[in-house]
Amino acid sequence: MNRIEGRVKVTGLATYAAEYPAEGVAYACAVQSRIAKGRIKRVDGGPALESPGVLAVLSCEDPPRMSEDADPELALFQHREVAYRGQIVAAVVADTYENARAAAAAVRVDYDPDDHDVTLSADHPGLYKPDVVNPGFPTDTGKGDVEAGLAAAATTVEVTYETPVLHNNPMEPHAALAYWDAEGRLLVYDTAQGTSTSRDMIATALGLPPDRVRVVSRHVGGGFGSKGTTRPQAVLAALAARVVGRPVKIALTRQQMFDVTGYRTPTIQRLRLGADAQGRLTALEHVAYEQSSTLIEFAEQTTVPGRVMYATPALRTAHRLVRLDVATPSWMRAPGECPGMYALESAMDELAYAAGLDPVELRIVNDAETEPGTGLPFSSRDLVGCLREGARRFGWERRDPAPGIRREGEWLVGTGVAASTYPARRSPCQAVATVRDGDFLVQVAAADIGTGARTALTRIAADTLEVSPERVHVELGDSDLPRAPVAGGSMGTASWGSAVVRACEELKRDGKEGRADTTEEIKGDAELARHAFGAQFAEVRVSSVTGEIRVARLLGVFAAGRIVDPTLARSQFIGGMTMGLGMALMEETLTDAEFGGFLHRDLAQYHVPVCADVRDVEAVWLDERDGELNPMGSKGIGEIGIVGTAAAIGNAVFHATGHRVRELPITPAKVLMPRF
Amino acid sequence: MEITLRVNGVPRKADVDPRMSLLDLLRERLGLIGAKKGCDHGQCGACTVLIDGRRANSCLALAVAVDDRDITTVEGLADGDELHPLQAAFIEHDAFQCGYCTPGQLCSAEGMLGEPGPSAITEDLLTDPGLTPDEIRERMSGNLCRCGAYVNIVTAIGEVAR
Ligand code: FES
Ligand code: FES
Repeated sequence: MNRIEGRVKVTGLATYAAEYPAEGVAYACAVQSRIAKGRIKRVDGGPALESPGVLAVLSCEDPPRMSEDADPELALFQHREVAYRGQIVAAVVADTYENARAAAAAVRVDYDPDDHDVTLSADHPGLYKPDVVNPGFPTDTGKGDVEAGLAAAATTVEVTYETPVLHNNPMEPHAALAYWDAEGRLLVYDTAQGTSTSRDMIATALGLPPDRVRVVSRHVGGGFGSKGTTRPQAVLAALAARVVGRPVKIALTRQQMFDVTGYRTPTIQRLRLGADAQGRLTALEHVAYEQSSTLIEFAEQTTVPGRVMYATPALRTAHRLVRLDVATPSWMRAPGECPGMYALESAMDELAYAAGLDPVELRIVNDAETEPGTGLPFSSRDLVGCLREGARRFGWERRDPAPGIRREGEWLVGTGVAASTYPARRSPCQAVATVRDGDFLVQVAAADIGTGARTALTRIAADTLEVSPERVHVELGDSDLPRAPVAGGSMGTASWGSAVVRACEELKRDGKEGRADTTEEIKGDAELARHAFGAQFAEVRVSSVTGEIRVARLLGVFAAGRIVDPTLARSQFIGGMTMGLGMALMEETLTDAEFGGFLHRDLAQYHVPVCADVRDVEAVWLDERDGELNPMGSKGIGEIGIVGTAAAIGNAVFHATGHRVRELPITPAKVLMPRF
Repeated sequence: MEITLRVNGVPRKADVDPRMSLLDLLRERLGLIGAKKGCDHGQCGACTVLIDGRRANSCLALAVAVDDRDITTVEGLADGDELHPLQAAFIEHDAFQCGYCTPGQLCSAEGMLGEPGPSAITEDLLTDPGLTPDEIRERMSGNLCRCGAYVNIVTAIGEVAR
């Protein structure tokens, strides 16, 4: 079965947020702060208002009515304070995009600037311990005596790894089209990873009851977390439409996306590992230093993988945060696991070399019986199976562990391995299944951001109803449909699918209709550690002349429960691994210490992998049966693909060159550095 | 300014702002949303269309500059209900996820199939290398896909190129 929306996508008929036709539509264009901290003295919209076609200028000079409860990143024009460079401080609405853009450049904003601080460091005086880390994990955990474990170890590794600011950069810019009807109801076509959540956030921001707001996102051009929370464009379109009395459309520019749609916090991660003569861990300590904005506390859960991965008598994980004059970081594909596993799995490779052990074997001897952080049993765990199967397919046993010795002409060749993990969660969801014209209609406010949710849910419904998929029609992407959680945390299919199965089961009993709400069912889930696991293997070639790094092969082996749809799953896995390749070798946004804001603000500066960077990327999976997850027996697969990739590539670069780079991305300059 | 152009074989007249790009003309005025805006700066390829049969970033072309030209967008690739072989291959090989880069990938691939001769990576400049996977990767690297569907895109295009 191919993707259900395949045909509309390849013929150009799939309608994304900014693409709905609207009679009399006006265009909004945002004006951004040029300072990183201070107060707006005055916004002079005069020259802009006199430009051709301009309908309105919005700013704090005449703050549009909003609720005090608005998310601080959505409280547009409510305050004079500037929290970061690039924050939206004004907007112009005009009859055409060209007129709006020209007039936005004519808006004059005067500031009273303050000194700013945008630089994260591990000894920043403002570092503190947040109460919890995203999405509610304990900030610190500890068991056993780390110092004693290290003292007793035969081998220790103490290292610091750093990851830069990373940007989600979905191909579809954040966009919205908003209408108010005569009764004061608001309809927003938004780029949302969840229309129920987006509806609630917009309603809260505007002080409206949720039933006055409808959000529609039938097709979303990628999100990777950046569309999981409502972004300013949706609120701006609604405010502007209210002011000018016409539908208003806004699509953020690629440059604006860097500033106002979230990013992955930079991290500084300190790891201390000790192992006995057999390689068994005696202690593991992982501390992460991260940033958030002055507006909102977002604390990425970077060190949680240590609570899941390896058996150790002594374990300490901790997070420290500093609030800087920067935009608020947010979710980017596998928050926590992605940067945390990069550091942990790189450090494990260092431990393997220090102890003279094979990196695959080191991970196998440290496999955990129960979840190290909590002591809970796993619902299922097959990290060892993934490592063994991956080693077999990759040809790992032929590997000579000595670094820096394989040469083909100018190219140094190396291979590396790293583990992957991601939680398998689900959250409450509603769904309705009915008979329509002899076929079956399934409704749920799920989102298809490229994951293939329509197709997966069609399969799940068809399996439950025991009918052919052609007879099932899934409606999603609309907040008027039964309430559903966002496409995030790799729990979309698990959450929506659970509700769809229950609704279809009831339809089978009832014959006409089935309604489901999984809130109670999920409350009854046993207390277990539920995670997917994987192992990734990389082969790289590093030019000894230019330092250019080519990834010749990437193989991922995953144990992620029952795979609902093999085609979609493979695409998700290799898509995540491809993004992981970008993280390893090229992705980086530098912060401008002098002026605040980001220095990389477009796709010529922020490099994502292109076709020529991606050669042999393959993903396979083990058959894993787990009855403790959800009716499908599935674990989420949207994020685990990016977890571990950067470490596998970094470990391969070390194996190729003998030089360990501990700061991402691993660029030619860093690889060549030891020569100078 | 008044211009006349042919889009997917149909003559279209438009009164355009001299600052308007071909991409915005298609999307905002002619109701053709197939060409996508990913960057508006010639950096992503989402807006790729064919201008007189050659692939081009429509965000970098001013509407006034395409007066009297022939434009093919993704909407013009299929022959009625019959999908273009590239479109069929993209579906068959799952060569997209979110689909936002897809129209640009398809138009770019269609243009590429008609571009003979060596590329920057061709070893022997005097012989036609043919569309090997490496040549396809090189020639398709102006079209970004953040979902990371490249492996399947190369397979799909390779099947049509054979
Ligand atoms: S929109 Fe034209 S290249 Fe990106
Ligand atoms: S399919 Fe989403 S960007 Fe290519």
